[in-house]
Amino acid sequence: MKLRITRILLSAALFAAAMLIKTDNEIITLIFYIAAYLIIGYDVIFNAVRNISSGQIFDENFLMLIATIGAFGIKEYPEAVAVMLFYQIGETFQIYAVNKSRRSIAELMDIRPDYANLIQDDKTVKISPDKVNPGELIFIKPGERIPLDGITVKGVSTIDTSALTGESLPREIQAGSEVLSGCINISGALTVKVTKAFTESTVSKVLELVENAANKKSTAENFITKFARFYTPAVVVSAVLLAVIPTLFIKDQIFSVWLSRALTFLVVSCPCALVISVPLAFFGGIGGASRSGVLVKGGNYLEALSKTKTVVFDKTGTLTKGVFEVSEIHAEGISKEDLIKAAAYAESFSAHPISSSLKKAYGKEINTSLVSDTEEIAGYGVRAVVEGKNVIAGNMKLFEREGIKAKDIAANGTCVHVAIDGIYMGSIVISDRIKDDSIDAVQKLKALGVKKTVMLTGDNEAAAKSAADKMAIEEYHAQLLPADKVKILEEIMDKNPDGKTVFVGDGINDAPVLARADIGIAMGGLGSDAAIEAADVVIMTDEPSKIATAIRLARRTVNIANQNIVFALTVKIGVLILSAAGVATMWEAVFADVGVAVIAIINSLRALKIII
Amino acid sequence: MKKTYLLKNLNCAHCAAKIQDAIGKIEGVKEVQINFMTTKMILEADSKEYDEILEKAKKIIKKYEPKVIVSL
Repeated sequence: MKLRITRILLSAALFAAAMLIKTDNEIITLIFYIAAYLIIGYDVIFNAVRNISSGQIFDENFLMLIATIGAFGIKEYPEAVAVMLFYQIGETFQIYAVNKSRRSIAELMDIRPDYANLIQDDKTVKISPDKVNPGELIFIKPGERIPLDGITVKGVSTIDTSALTGESLPREIQAGSEVLSGCINISGALTVKVTKAFTESTVSKVLELVENAANKKSTAENFITKFARFYTPAVVVSAVLLAVIPTLFIKDQIFSVWLSRALTFLVVSCPCALVISVPLAFFGGIGGASRSGVLVKGGNYLEALSKTKTVVFDKTGTLTKGVFEVSEIHAEGISKEDLIKAAAYAESFSAHPISSSLKKAYGKEINTSLVSDTEEIAGYGVRAVVEGKNVIAGNMKLFEREGIKAKDIAANGTCVHVAIDGIYMGSIVISDRIKDDSIDAVQKLKALGVKKTVMLTGDNEAAAKSAADKMAIEEYHAQLLPADKVKILEEIMDKNPDGKTVFVGDGINDAPVLARADIGIAMGGLGSDAAIEAADVVIMTDEPSKIATAIRLARRTVNIANQNIVFALTVKIGVLILSAAGVATMWEAVFADVGVAVIAIINSLRALKIII
Repeated sequence: MKKTYLLKNLNCAHCAAKIQDAIGKIEGVKEVQINFMTTKMILEADSKEYDEILEKAKKIIKKYEPKVIVSL
């Protein structure tokens, strides 16, 4: 780099001297020009000779050499030197820009841990993470990167998961908590039992996924690859034609004028600007997304995401927490606490999910010795003697059967009615909680111009309607069996043919639906291999609002790529036309070559910026 | 067999594309991907002939970009 800059300065000085010297002796100025040319261009000349001897006729160096030698030949010395000089200045900027973007990408992906502190016989040994086996214990000091996935055995700390999730709030860790590789341990020392080998750990999976994403190319990238193949030959052939045809077929044309125009063509013959900047935009977009907690498996998915018009959500686990909780308590003639207590005790022996929700709502230890004569009536509820009182808890059907009048509540979930010693005491509603983030998520999607949001659920009509209304989701399909979901998705895709359809699920039992949608997004991918395998896009956290983030990122990336394509092609074709007409000179041509490349690369760097 | 190599000093994007094309045409190569931004090459080929194919690939790289150093 230093050498390049010295050469540029030296050559520029000689070039200026040649321009300024007032002498009638042409030889002296020519010597200055040639010296300036050789200083700045010797490596281009060398590469050109080397490459042409190995049969590469459309080599950039070779074409540059022809263009400048040709300019010398028609006595346009300043142009010859200037083209080489500016070409090299441009190349220098281009190398700088490429290096800078490589560094940014490296920084972005710098989540690979360097070492692990393996605990061996009361001592710790610093070894490479891939040498640690599952089951072994590792020690993680504050400030260190967590090298492998595992379960905390000892210690209390907070960890920074932002590199994986984009989430800035630290997560609290104590004995029994799961820790994931790639996160940073902030406050306390931790002893962790390793659960996965390094190649299977979260950090390896994420890095592999992001690096492999470059293999699945967007149509923009494929277009550039094809375009680059024919662009250089096409420009070179038209340069030859431009030099020969007019002088042969049009009267009174001077060969050197057309030759000079043809040489200008050669300067614009490299598709570099596009070849570097468009893949860079997509790679940067995928890298930036990964830091925002969105893993995109390829440029093609990023491109598809940018065209999202319909978003179909699975309800449980995606829009809702997937954890059934007590959401309403209607107590009559009894305190709410006592109602919960009675229900929790009566249900305490049951294996039904409702039992654990009630126990959780009760929050205290259940003294099982206080419960006797338990009876579970499948499809109805339970009956038990709690502290000497007859408690029944169950649905309306149970109360009809028992002849106890229960108040019917239009509940969004499962309703458990409770009676003590034959007297109706009220009801408890258990439902899956909508995530706080879900309402926000739907609003953000609408603000981004997503035309339709749909919710699929196995819940009953009333619960589905209530949830859809609450989140302002326009369409819902209730009482679906898992197998129905693919069919419904296909119908939705048929009805909304413009734009792309996204399906969002938890990746656990909806793999066929994820595969069928244009883009399958799995939520809460952190630590879940199944989700990472099944989906095209993985959202590392459990926030559905990240879908909007992903769409914004995708649109920005696609915009940048398109801007670069339009900009580079317009300038290049414009300069080609102008130089054919004799308006543009080599100066404009150099700009169209390296100037455009530098501008396009700088524009692409924007794709790396993280959106939260 | 599939291995990843680092291509140090890879500074020319369309050279990278040309190298990828040429290596892809070597007999026995299942897949080759050169990532210009990470300067990594993933080469997948028959295990039996892998070393031979790798040598051919290195020759192609040398032809297009003599400054590039291939390492694991």
